Amino acid sequence: MDRGLSRAQGLDIGPTIELLWWEGCPSTERAVTDLRGALDDLGLPGEIAMREIRTDEEAQAAAFAGSPTILIDGVELMEALGRGADDEPAGLNCRVYVRRDGRMSPTPDPEDLREALRGARS
Amino acid sequence: MSVAIGEHAPDFTLPDTDGEGWSLAGDGSEATVLVFTCNHCPYALAWHDRILDAARDYAESDVRFLAINANDAERYPRDSYEAMQGRVAREDWPIPYLHDPTQQVALAYGAKTTPDVFLIDAEGRLRYRGAPDSDYDDPEQRAAWLREALDAVLAGREPERPETTPVGCSIKWKR
Repeated sequence: MDRGLSRAQGLDIGPTIELLWWEGCPSTERAVTDLRGALDDLGLPGEIAMREIRTDEEAQAAAFAGSPTILIDGVELMEALGRGADDEPAGLNCRVYVRRDGRMSPTPDPEDLREALRGARS
Repeated sequence: MSVAIGEHAPDFTLPDTDGEGWSLAGDGSEATVLVFTCNHCPYALAWHDRILDAARDYAESDVRFLAINANDAERYPRDSYEAMQGRVAREDWPIPYLHDPTQQVALAYGAKTTPDVFLIDAEGRLRYRGAPDSDYDDPEQRAAWLREALDAVLAGREPERPETTPVGCSIKWKR
């Protein structure tokens, strides 16, 4: 699908979502499930483009701060939420997210996903 | 290398964050829980408080908990010995945090992830190995699988669930 053409034609194709993942971290499936759930909750169309990061070199080139890293319309999730750029060093890692109740987690808080996706629509 | 349920667990001596050496053998505890963990893994962090709560709860039963970090600090500086010392200084750790810089202990046990939990009885035999409980994302689980196994061992019974699949970040082996 030509997303630019679709947008120009006024078609609702939803936000562009890219999920960067590394096989050494088992959180990918959960992250995808949560992302699809957030899209469904908001009634948004949207495809999740999966991009595997395999090497330290690829991690450096992609500024990959750990698996999963989620880009919405090209903006990293935490930046999209206005929580600043990630200070995690790039590398093959599992990423640490902080849930809204303060707990550490391998996946983002689902409410953070919904907030970022809502922001991408506005 | 790895150790199977019922087999004698390999002895070791590793330094804690104060440089004091800790060994598996000769302690006289009713049981010892080894937790392979680290500083940066979200699974280890998610389960951390539950494991420390279990350590506090079972201290009166003469159960000893030892946390072990074996990750390659060269590629993962946040898992360095200095980072371990800083973390223990900042946080309330009721258990020693041991450093396995050669990774020989992790290899001997066949540890795979952080966390990866090994319960060893007073005779030095492995009685449980795996995850603390079924869901890193649910604090109400309270390390239930580990507690079940501990209760069984302390009561002189076989754990009903002696082995579960460890879940977490892969241990960062040296290349």
